[in-house]
Amino acid sequence: MPAWGWVVVAVVVIALVAAVLIYNRLVALRNRVDNGWSQIDVQLRRRYDLIPNLVRTVQGYAAHERGLFESVTEARARAIDASAVADQADAENQITQGLRKLMAVAEAYPDLKANEGFLALQEELTGTESKIAYARQFYNDQVMRLNTLIGSFPSSVIAGTFGFREREFFDIEDPARAPATVEFS
Amino acid sequence: MYEQIASNRRRTWLLIAGAVILLGAVGYALGLIWQSGPAGLVIALVVAIALSIGSYAYGDRVVLASTRARPVTPDEQPRLHNIVEGLSIAAGIPKPRVYVVPEVAPNAFATGRDPDHASIAVTDGLLKTMSRVELEGVVGHELAHVVDRDILVGTVVATLAGAVILLSEFFTRSWWWGGFRGRRGGDRGGGGAEAIIFAVGIVLLILAPIFAQIIRFSVSRQREYLADAQGALLTRYPPGLASALRKIGAASGIPMHSANNATAHLWLNQPSRVEGERMGSLERLFSTHPPIEERIRRLEEM
Repeated sequence: MPAWGWVVVAVVVIALVAAVLIYNRLVALRNRVDNGWSQIDVQLRRRYDLIPNLVRTVQGYAAHERGLFESVTEARARAIDASAVADQADAENQITQGLRKLMAVAEAYPDLKANEGFLALQEELTGTESKIAYARQFYNDQVMRLNTLIGSFPSSVIAGTFGFREREFFDIEDPARAPATVEFS
Repeated sequence: MYEQIASNRRRTWLLIAGAVILLGAVGYALGLIWQSGPAGLVIALVVAIALSIGSYAYGDRVVLASTRARPVTPDEQPRLHNIVEGLSIAAGIPKPRVYVVPEVAPNAFATGRDPDHASIAVTDGLLKTMSRVELEGVVGHELAHVVDRDILVGTVVATLAGAVILLSEFFTRSWWWGGFRGRRGGDRGGGGAEAIIFAVGIVLLILAPIFAQIIRFSVSRQREYLADAQGALLTRYPPGLASALRKIGAASGIPMHSANNATAHLWLNQPSRVEGERMGSLERLFSTHPPIEERIRRLEEM
């Protein structure tokens, strides 16, 4: 084979190796995005489980806040049923708002604040809220990396060939970074 | 981050190779002195390899046991568990096992060989004095060490060098007290066994400072700054860790009973067995941590 033949072979081999590396990177990132999404899901579900308990506990002390309890319970039902990302994010925001108000209401009842069951629920809620924030942070980081790789050349060619699609960011309000309404000490 | 991981793996292998060569050389030298042929070399190599494998596989357990760390359940410490779990999600690693060390001084460390076999330990004092954001800052710093595999180097060096340092402390102490008693009793009858212990003691005495240097080279101060920065990236709140470090600095006069020179580098802040501000002279030799004021300053600039 002439010298230029070897050059062609070398270029083809290098291109193939690069394509395989990029493909593997895309798969790894897509799995991380999926994993990040399921982490968010786990934490949101944990929050759904906490809501009935929390509402019941606060209700025992502040029965007249009916509107607030209903709005949180209704938002929870809507979030569980939601199928589109945007719908769910909207319902989650309503839950976050409602829970924040609920905790602000609890602030006015010293007996409630001293209740051990309530304190445990409060720690669970604070923990879950921050886990939601962290899961969302991880998910959005991975989505950004995946989208960047899909959008830039030459990985865009591989992504196009094998049908990798850009993902949507999960934009809910950041409960953990909001003023510490949920945390009293 | 990937460079950090690769560099830490490389350091660990260098460390293990260094320990095997060093101990092998000592064994060979002792074999020559006692004219026992290659037996010294063989024994030393077997010991060195066993130590290396042991420190890789069981180093975290040794470190945890040496600090009397106790595993805690989510029911006992819901806040700590929630924070560790949340930040592990943010870092994209499995949740490490959670331990509490019975010490009054606020401090923390992480150990293990990789994120799948990691443990994080905090002291009672830390849990008592830190607010939620401060605790998040500390846990974020430790998880950064886990992600970067600093815990691998730290744990291997602690158990490898720790074995030599502990032995040398043991020998120098027993030798000192033994010599003292012997002089007082006027009994000068030393046998061959005593000469051997004397020789091994001398060798270990020479090795101990070398291992101290090895620890200092293995765990550079730079990686503490790096872990501070990466931890802050996880919590997205640098003032949390800065405030925690300020409290830890203010409490640095409180002595830690389980502090020792082999594991000092693992802790968030250099622990001291001596009460008061100053470190013992041997502890200063093993100093691996950057000044806490400088760490706070860098966090505040972020």
